[in-house]
Amino acid sequence: MNAPITASAMALDGGVLAPSDVAPEAAFVPSRGFWGHVGHRLVRDPVAMGAGALILLIVVIAILAPWITPMDPYKGSMLRRLKHVGDATYWLGSDELGRDMISRLMLGARLSLFIGVTPVLIAFVIGSAIGILAGYVGGWLNTILMRTIDVFFAFPSVLLAIALSGALGAGIFNSIVSLTCVFVPQIARVAESVTTGIRKRDYIDAAKLSGASPLTIMRVQVLGNVVGPIFVYATSLISVSMILASGLSFLGLGVRPPEPEWGLMLNTLRTAIYANPVVAALPGVCIFVVSIAFNLFSDGLRAAMEIRQ
Amino acid sequence: MSVIPSAPDPFAHDRGGPAQPLLSVSGLYKHFPVRKAGGKKQVVRAVDGVDFNVLKGETLGIVGESGCGKSTTAKLLMGLIERDSGTLLYDGQAVGERAMPWRSYRRQVQMVFQDSYASLNPRMTVEQSIAFGPKVNGVPGREAVERARALLARVGLEPKRFAGRYPHEISGGQRQRVNIARSLALEPRLVLLDEAVSALDKSVEAQVLNLLLDLKAEFGLTYIFISHDLNVVRFISDRVMVMYLGRVSEIGPSDTVLDAPAHPYTEALLASMPSLDPDNRTQVALLQGDPPNPIDPPRGCRFHPRCGLAEPICGDKEPPLDAVGPLHRVACLARQPSSGHSAAPARALAA
Repeated sequence: MNAPITASAMALDGGVLAPSDVAPEAAFVPSRGFWGHVGHRLVRDPVAMGAGALILLIVVIAILAPWITPMDPYKGSMLRRLKHVGDATYWLGSDELGRDMISRLMLGARLSLFIGVTPVLIAFVIGSAIGILAGYVGGWLNTILMRTIDVFFAFPSVLLAIALSGALGAGIFNSIVSLTCVFVPQIARVAESVTTGIRKRDYIDAAKLSGASPLTIMRVQVLGNVVGPIFVYATSLISVSMILASGLSFLGLGVRPPEPEWGLMLNTLRTAIYANPVVAALPGVCIFVVSIAFNLFSDGLRAAMEIRQ
Repeated sequence: MSVIPSAPDPFAHDRGGPAQPLLSVSGLYKHFPVRKAGGKKQVVRAVDGVDFNVLKGETLGIVGESGCGKSTTAKLLMGLIERDSGTLLYDGQAVGERAMPWRSYRRQVQMVFQDSYASLNPRMTVEQSIAFGPKVNGVPGREAVERARALLARVGLEPKRFAGRYPHEISGGQRQRVNIARSLALEPRLVLLDEAVSALDKSVEAQVLNLLLDLKAEFGLTYIFISHDLNVVRFISDRVMVMYLGRVSEIGPSDTVLDAPAHPYTEALLASMPSLDPDNRTQVALLQGDPPNPIDPPRGCRFHPRCGLAEPICGDKEPPLDAVGPLHRVACLARQPSSGHSAAPARALAA
């Protein structure tokens, strides 16, 4: 039962494998694979594609902001405060210190996106690891990890973020840390439940029978099956994260002036809400639009992944 | 010479000689705890003292009703669930001890599952699934993939067309062929087929059964074939083991067991098979009701509440699995001399 497997099969195979000058991969019928199918369905979803294009546009603006802002976002003018939207110089008006709103919004996209997306990304990695470990190993490890995580669920996420930020002190780094702590339990919970769902599948048993170590099984067999649902959930958290991050800045726990950040801008402009409500609302509109875009994209992604298991 | 590199594996070859059973199971127990409404702890006696041997090169069929412990036995044999007690001797060597850890045992013993879809990872291509086993056992990636393609060709799936496909892109019969190829990727000596053809169409089932027979001859395999389909078991098995409520009720050569059954339960199973002859249709079910609850099995012989031969003694005395013919053993008091049952034969068989 040793050598003949390969030898006889090669013969039966009609020499497909034999010519070494042809790359074997070239002979195979390509299959789109799961992610290929998901991509195919996603590009045909106009809402998700629209949301994706908007996110892309904002990301590009955020990256290029220092070079493309029409005016200096830090330079104020006491004589030109609170100009209205549509002003000849200040296209989207000016803020309470006379700084150009559109420039500040463009530059603010950087920090807002950064402190909105980063905690979710970090939490995605940490939460998935905890959840997959708890779900796959099960037993007492699951109990310890998940009950610990339940403790975090006892606090409303806004309260938890504020409490952690308050304890750590103001600053971008600290607000990212506290938001990560808010999202890790949520992502871990989702990761644990999807992993528990597939842990009893026969292919996991088959992998165990092949002598693979638990770590290999988690990496090769489990991860590919759970990363999709976790990723969808994580993208839906980005909007929450942006709102929370803005909230922290609004409370003075996140970004500090004069750095432009949408939540902080909303805070400083609130004094002008009666004088110039449209300009005061602009940062909020930005937060709203980006959050909706992330949510719609995440919805589309989830729908595209609903392929038969 | 094995393709799988490792320290010289003494179990890859015949150690004990042809007379040594390949797998010897004795006193296998598995009770699952359940909690009833009253809060009292109880157990499901899924496997309750099972002994049997699997001889080298044979196919041992295991039959029985749903819930009789067939699949639990399979999982215990594979170590997928932990046994409460009992010993497994693989080629004369106790499994789980230092000389034969589970890891080296599993390389020798592989399993094909019933559900062809659930047993393949939906995110992996067919060839990735087959190559996974060799890869984790140290075969370099490229070699493992070539080996997977060779095995695909061997089970009748053209690698060019099938290697890159995902499980949902191929039919049930093709998936089961893939599963068989995967089970062979580690060059096992014993393959456990747990209802491996039960979910297939009859025509596909026949093809897969023939494939199994071919592979067995080619690679010198030994099969444990679990099924509820007596016709399939008769076709493929050399010996048959009948299980009832977690115990072995009869074991012997398949011709003997299936043509001249000694245990009333086997008789009833055979009689409940639908006949193709219209003049010979079964009108009454011989087996009445469901099997008793394995949480609280009947005292004495487990089959006696449903048995036509039952006598008071059957409710008291648990029948041992004793020889009634060459290689043929039965756990029934009515077949065992001086058991106290009125139908018991007079003298012991000269064995």
